[in-house]
Amino acid sequence: MLAQALLLQLGYNATLVALGSAALGLAAGATGTFLFLRKRALVADAVSHATLPGLALAFMLMVALGGDGRSLAGLMAGSALSAWLGLLSVSWLTRHTRLAEDAAIGAVLSVFFGFGIVLLTVVQTLSAGRQAGLESFLLGSTAGMLFSDALLIASGGLAVLACALALRRPLLLVAFDSGYAETQGINVHRMDLAIMTLVMAITVVGLKVVGLILIVALLIIPAATARFWSNRADRVVLLAGLFGGLSGYIGAAISATAPGLPTGPIIVLVSFAFFVASLLLAPGRGLLSAALRHRAYQRQVHLRQGLLALAQSHPVYEARTRRILRRAGLMRADGVPTSSGHSHAAAALRDENRWQALRSSAHLSELSARDDGLTLILDVLTPDQIAELDNRISAQPKVVS
Amino acid sequence: MTAPAPAASLPRTDPAQSPLAIRGLTVSYGQQPVVFSVDMTVQDGAMTAIIGPNGAGKSTLLKAALNIVKPLAGRVSVYGRPLAEQAHRIAYVPQRASVDWDFPTEALDVVLMGLYRDLGLLRRVRAHHIKHAKDCLARVGMEDFADRQIGQLSGGQQQRVFLARALAQKADLYLLDEPFAGVDAATERAIIDVLKSLKDEGKTVVAVHHDLSTVRAYFDTVFLINRRKMGEGPIATAFTPETVQATYGGRLADGQITQLTQDA
Ligand SMILES: Nc1ncnc2c1ncn2[C@@H]1O[C@H](COP(=O)(O)OP(=O)(O)OP(=O)(O)O)[C@@H](O)[C@H]1O
Ligand SMILES: [Mg+2]
Repeated sequence: MLAQALLLQLGYNATLVALGSAALGLAAGATGTFLFLRKRALVADAVSHATLPGLALAFMLMVALGGDGRSLAGLMAGSALSAWLGLLSVSWLTRHTRLAEDAAIGAVLSVFFGFGIVLLTVVQTLSAGRQAGLESFLLGSTAGMLFSDALLIASGGLAVLACALALRRPLLLVAFDSGYAETQGINVHRMDLAIMTLVMAITVVGLKVVGLILIVALLIIPAATARFWSNRADRVVLLAGLFGGLSGYIGAAISATAPGLPTGPIIVLVSFAFFVASLLLAPGRGLLSAALRHRAYQRQVHLRQGLLALAQSHPVYEARTRRILRRAGLMRADGVPTSSGHSHAAAALRDENRWQALRSSAHLSELSARDDGLTLILDVLTPDQIAELDNRISAQPKVVS
Repeated sequence: MTAPAPAASLPRTDPAQSPLAIRGLTVSYGQQPVVFSVDMTVQDGAMTAIIGPNGAGKSTLLKAALNIVKPLAGRVSVYGRPLAEQAHRIAYVPQRASVDWDFPTEALDVVLMGLYRDLGLLRRVRAHHIKHAKDCLARVGMEDFADRQIGQLSGGQQQRVFLARALAQKADLYLLDEPFAGVDAATERAIIDVLKSLKDEGKTVVAVHHDLSTVRAYFDTVFLINRRKMGEGPIATAFTPETVQATYGGRLADGQITQLTQDA
């Protein structure tokens, strides 16, 4: 069943939803990365909650004008207007009062959302008998999506994506170092307004599919996921788009397999699954690979220290070091080095002595920066240079330790 | 292009053509001015040290000259024109970069940011841009760290990356706020060599500097400030025990100052 859904074989409506959701996810993931890197996720949350009153008012207005009030384009226009008002309120409160931004966000979010809920109740009483279905915009619902709706969502999402990509350089520069951006002639305030406007557009476009409560997740989670995979902002943007698009597509497909499965929450859960998988598995920043790397490194350190102790006939006290030496066949259970242990220990000591000699050598001492206790000098110097060091060592009187 | 004149006989720059001319600049963060009615005329093609005690307003002076901090009063002109028209000719390295250290950006990407004015919104980053950025990293001795995430560098290495970003801008006037703070002796040597090579290319360098013992060796002219301008001009005439004493307000011992300012 799921396989069929993923292959777009569950019928016309499911296919529309899957493609629309994929486009939305792609746009939200890539656009959200700029928001994520600028650390403004909370503002986006306020903006998305601020869509609700506009949604309800747009419905009432359209009904009053004789329509049925459910035209998606009309509802989008209304919610965009009130989201814009919410954004301006947050920005005005932080700039012109002593309120910190988090307080302004909290105030705007709850007031707008509360007002929106009141209006929803009013709409329900007014349209008694006729189902307005505005609640479905809270968490998204794709039942009965029209071709024109899907087209609107996909093209709206892609238009936002194009704008975000066109502005990527100044947006990233502002997110990394806003002071420097200013000296490069970038208007930081205007860029912040631009990114919030794009986020607002994504919210409005995503209302139908994901709903206004969860849209922030679709903006932030793909970016956080992508961050595990790259240390370069351009790639993080692309990867976040990819993760967002896949989440939208797979989430919509899953929700099409059974009636009544809500699309928005499932898309968010799928994107969260990508996040958890990356958190664990990503090379570099992932927990698993970091733990493995750390273990391997620790083993190398213990091995080296153990060998140096053996070479100087010091007892090896640390249990872990003993275990590692024994497993490598370098030391017997009673602490006596094996024959391979003897030769490895001698090699380690020779390496150590060469590093020592390197540090006091006039023209090679710069290379001592490469000495981290583990790097073999054979990998750093040419054979000639090593021979020279060995000459120095044998010329010195032996120090007995 | 003629060779730069020796330090003592630098031609006086006409304020109307000076790389940076400041008139009557007053800046305050609250009610108290931290920079009061300061005039400054930076010599073209010279290296100028801005000197003064902690809290004297050195950083503020630079920030106000760049309009990062809005001054209460005063005029700033850059190469004889308003700042807004000439901002692209200035590269600035702040005292402490206030960046997001966990940002997904590597040292080379940071240097490429210096090319923003060249690249604009949509122009592609080409091989010659990358080469230029790498050359700038190499000038500050950081070429081996090009693909290191910026937060994973030491403080001195980060400082050098930001200097490389300023170099990448190909500016004519370099404003550096304490470029030698927290760097080791070898790095200080490397940075001063870079700054001197800029001067040899005919560029102008202004640096906030704290180490009075190296002023003579590194710079051509000094600008002394402690809220007000306390002196300005070639080292020989402006960097004297009297002016330094006045600038530091008796916070340094007399013997110390005489030694610092007169040693060759
Ligand atoms: N953002 C700010 N808000 C309020 N006061 C400030 C601010 N920045 C600086 N000041 C004050 O302005 C004065 C000048 O500061 P400034 O940073 O220009 O000094 P400075 O000469 O660069 O000192 P330092 O040698 O320590 O870098 C100081 O007294 C400082 O306390
Ligand atoms: Mg300062």
